[in-house]
Amino acid sequence: MIPILFGITLICFVVINLAPGSPASFTEELSPKASPEAVEALIKLYGLDKPIHERYLNWLRMVVTLDLGKSFVDGRDVQEKIKERLPITLTLNLLSLFLILIISIPIGIYSALKPGSIFDRALTVFVFTGFSIPTFWLALLAMIIFGVNLGWLPISGIQSIGNENMPFLQRLLDWIKHLILPVTIMSFAGLAGMSRYTRSSMLEVLRQDFIRTARAKGLPEKVVIVRHALRNALLPVVTLLGLAIPGLIGGSVIFESIFSIPGMGQLFYASAMARDYPTIMGILIIGAFLTLIGNLLADIAYFIIDPRIRVKRDV
Amino acid sequence: MFKLIIKRVLKNKLAVAGLTFIFIVFFIAIFANNIAPYDPYKINVYKVLEPPSKEHILGTDELGRDVLSRIIYGARVSLKVGFIAMGIAILTGTILGAIAGYYRGFIDTIIMRLVDVMLAFPTLFLILAVVAVLEPSIYIIMVVIGLTGWMDVARLVRAEVLSLKEREFVLAARAMGASSGRIIFIHILPNAIYPVIVAATFSVGGAILIESGLSFLGLGIQPPEPSWGGILSVGKDYITVAWWMSLFPGIAIFLTVLSFNLLGEALRDALDPKQWAED
Repeated sequence: MIPILFGITLICFVVINLAPGSPASFTEELSPKASPEAVEALIKLYGLDKPIHERYLNWLRMVVTLDLGKSFVDGRDVQEKIKERLPITLTLNLLSLFLILIISIPIGIYSALKPGSIFDRALTVFVFTGFSIPTFWLALLAMIIFGVNLGWLPISGIQSIGNENMPFLQRLLDWIKHLILPVTIMSFAGLAGMSRYTRSSMLEVLRQDFIRTARAKGLPEKVVIVRHALRNALLPVVTLLGLAIPGLIGGSVIFESIFSIPGMGQLFYASAMARDYPTIMGILIIGAFLTLIGNLLADIAYFIIDPRIRVKRDV
Repeated sequence: MFKLIIKRVLKNKLAVAGLTFIFIVFFIAIFANNIAPYDPYKINVYKVLEPPSKEHILGTDELGRDVLSRIIYGARVSLKVGFIAMGIAILTGTILGAIAGYYRGFIDTIIMRLVDVMLAFPTLFLILAVVAVLEPSIYIIMVVIGLTGWMDVARLVRAEVLSLKEREFVLAARAMGASSGRIIFIHILPNAIYPVIVAATFSVGGAILIESGLSFLGLGIQPPEPSWGGILSVGKDYITVAWWMSLFPGIAIFLTVLSFNLLGEALRDALDPKQWAED
């Protein structure tokens, strides 16, 4: 865990230092009237006159103490900016992760029960459509159809104006309405991985001897599938959950910019466009950190669900 | 083995459809000059935002350029980015994976830690950060997409190498005095090639999707160069008045990526011995 965290900071730092010009020169572009002294002061302020390893260590020291620096754009603390946007992105991602789970696992199971059937093939095409479709395009189409033409759903933001003054239930309904489109499309894109994995895992288990034994004992098919096969087939899916996180968080850049959702992805996009290096680095680190936490949770879940792991740790 | 795989893939109707479509896109990209009805850069202020008609089958864009011609030329960008990014990812992943699996020990630990680190980043964040820091250009996009997509290949190749390097034919080669490089490249890697081909097929589709997303965000292929994501990016601003600018490039991206993915899935099935037990 520690070496990975260290590697993450190193890559963040390298990426930012690929930049040909310094941020100070960018300030100059924006305000050509900036005096040489002002530019000099700016360079000093951000420590840009120091050698690169020293800058890395200084920055690392800050990161370790959870100080991500100040934004170039508005001078606010980066961790503050991220903190106010993180809950929105997390909510969106957790909601779609949940939706992906409850849709893709049944899809995977049903396809595995009758591999090669029309049903299996139709589901394959369905999940591959989600996997291959440019999500920004689908989002755009959905906005036009459901938002503009039919007028059923709002197309931007996460709440209507005046949401704060509504009674609680109405507020909740308002949020749900705003989240339907982004969450559905995000989940559609993520179905393939999980359902294909469930399918092949299930197929694998169904070939095992103990399934034949269970059937030979005369157990009803339902019991064989649910009690014997499913339990074993779903174990590896837990690991996949952890692996799905970076894709989802990364995708939030696109979704949040399209639907104008004020989350971390939108902040990242704005920072990238403005070359706000401290914010870019901060979000990169937080994003990678979230993935690590996700993987850790998946490992713990695996440990809890699978009693074999507790006995044979090194498998 | 090769013939058998081809035979199995050709049995899969979806994969055949995908393969056909990929050939068509290739054909269009190569002969874009001859096929495109108009110059994709030619601005015509008298024909701005015209809906699809006999003259302009897919309509015109905000500068009066022919959308069909721009989509035809856009195929070049997509295929170029898709295949070169795939090449970079596969090459990096194969080499690092082979080194890690063959030499084990310290170097294995370092490479696998690097894989873990790279996998921890939300890929799109990392790509956007690099593209934003450097000026976006088609070359940078290809390299960045490639360098953020090699980790799965490295893991896969490493696992293959680990299982292959103890096999008799490798031991025999070593006994005959073959060098490590020769053993890796001549004896081991050719035996690990099929799963890599599957990964490569998926990675072309993935790279095309990422490129179009970047161009859509304005951080990919820069106008006036025609790219599918770029046309969409402008199209979204005119979507209520000119739906054709948004609909058609999206279909092009979708069908191309879908074709590569269906082909990849068919290849994966063809290589799975359990599915063909009766053969």
